[in-house]
Amino acid sequence: METIKNYYFRDMGVMLGRSMRHVSRSMDTIITVTIMPIALMLLFVYVLGGAIQSGTDKYVNYLLPGILLMAIANSIGYVSFRLFTDIQRGIFERFHSMPIARSAALWGHVLTSLVSNIISITVIIIVALIMGFRSPAGVLSWLAVGGILALFTLTLTWIAAIAGLSAKSVDGASAIAYPIHFLPLISSAFVPTKTMPAGVRAFAENQPVTSIVETIRALLFNQPVGNTIWVALAWCIAIMIVAYFFAMRVYKRRK
Amino acid sequence: MKNSIQVKGLHKSYRELHVLKGVDFEVEKGSIFALLGSNGAGKTTIVKILSTLLKQDSGEATVNGFDVISKPDNVRQSISLTGQFAAVDDVLTGRENLVMIARLRHLDNPRQVAEDLLTRFGLIDAADRKSSTYSGGMRRRLDIAMSLVGNSALIFLDEPTTGLDPEARIEVWKIVKELADNGTTVFLTTQYLEEAEQLADRIAILHEGKIIVNGTLAELKKLFPPAKVEYIEKQPTLEDIFLSIIGKK
Repeated sequence: METIKNYYFRDMGVMLGRSMRHVSRSMDTIITVTIMPIALMLLFVYVLGGAIQSGTDKYVNYLLPGILLMAIANSIGYVSFRLFTDIQRGIFERFHSMPIARSAALWGHVLTSLVSNIISITVIIIVALIMGFRSPAGVLSWLAVGGILALFTLTLTWIAAIAGLSAKSVDGASAIAYPIHFLPLISSAFVPTKTMPAGVRAFAENQPVTSIVETIRALLFNQPVGNTIWVALAWCIAIMIVAYFFAMRVYKRRK
Repeated sequence: MKNSIQVKGLHKSYRELHVLKGVDFEVEKGSIFALLGSNGAGKTTIVKILSTLLKQDSGEATVNGFDVISKPDNVRQSISLTGQFAAVDDVLTGRENLVMIARLRHLDNPRQVAEDLLTRFGLIDAADRKSSTYSGGMRRRLDIAMSLVGNSALIFLDEPTTGLDPEARIEVWKIVKELADNGTTVFLTTQYLEEAEQLADRIAILHEGKIIVNGTLAELKKLFPPAKVEYIEKQPTLEDIFLSIIGKK
């Protein structure tokens, strides 16, 4: 109906406002997505950093891209959790029986994930700047970094949506987060891959997070991005399309 | 248009489970219609089909003149659903819940609409508390208040008093009666016979996938052996005692 289309973005705005309140009123979420990554950054730089040979003068410069990805990865368990609670409590049924576009409720969650990550990442970057992080990158490079981080967020969000929409219990909904938490750890996010044993190194060098970390690092320090950026984009876009397709299928089948 | 709801030959199965086996009924505009049935009889399935959350396998259902399959948006425009479990957002306050629904219904003055409903439902003192701190009765009242935002012509109440204490139940009954007095059509499901007796203009009983009886209370009473006249001492029920102790009756 005409009127529903006219209100689509306004409705989504209401949905976004609602779940942003869920984020800002959950101390647990704020700790996990902002304070934990900052604490890890402090730990790695001031405790472990002296002993890590990253090949750059300032370890915080090397570390920041990985910390940002970790913050995003930490946030996606909450996306599943929020989606699952909405379904379980009947909130989605209420929305779906109202004259609003069916997808507005789901997209509200996706947008919330994006907006809340933009906020936490901004905070983390500010802390990194205070810790001495400096980048020679220009506006275009920063925009590219922002784009890649947004794409990474959306990719993980759609994976989280599948879990949140299809889970049978709260534990099941959030379980998806754990394997994703590990990906930044087994990558070049914290240390260069060359010191890792062959098997681990092969995994680390060929998993999505490494290509994304390397791309962001190259962009931030004006190094040639080479093929890495295409590998990173291909990973994100391919996984996102598949995840989006499955999430939408589960969402529509719920009716 | 005399009828708010018209249902003909409704069938619905979940895999092998054949829940609805040809359900027919009509609900007159402005009336309170109670659908009775035991747990699992398919009451909620009917509510979900009529509120466009679920599609029937076959049969026709018209709500406020619109077919639920071909005109779901028009149906949604004209109804409100209060599901079996109070669908309120626990993280938001009572006021925020109401404002949110008023915004989603694109009303002109969401804050005023919320304020009015909070007052009407006796929630004004708790308005700015998270709804997770509400009692069961308060949650249900907020839930129903959320369904009244926008004054839909037809409101579905799926087991509105299940799990409520007697006091809260009587409050919900009062609300339902007020709704009908103001011209809203109420479709109610319940497992409590007394609830149907108290509220409904018409009562239908859903049993094994079909409506087996449908009529006014007086008509239903006629179907069965006439009442025997016996003289008994009327003992107060425990409910009477409970309500008189807490001063509600």
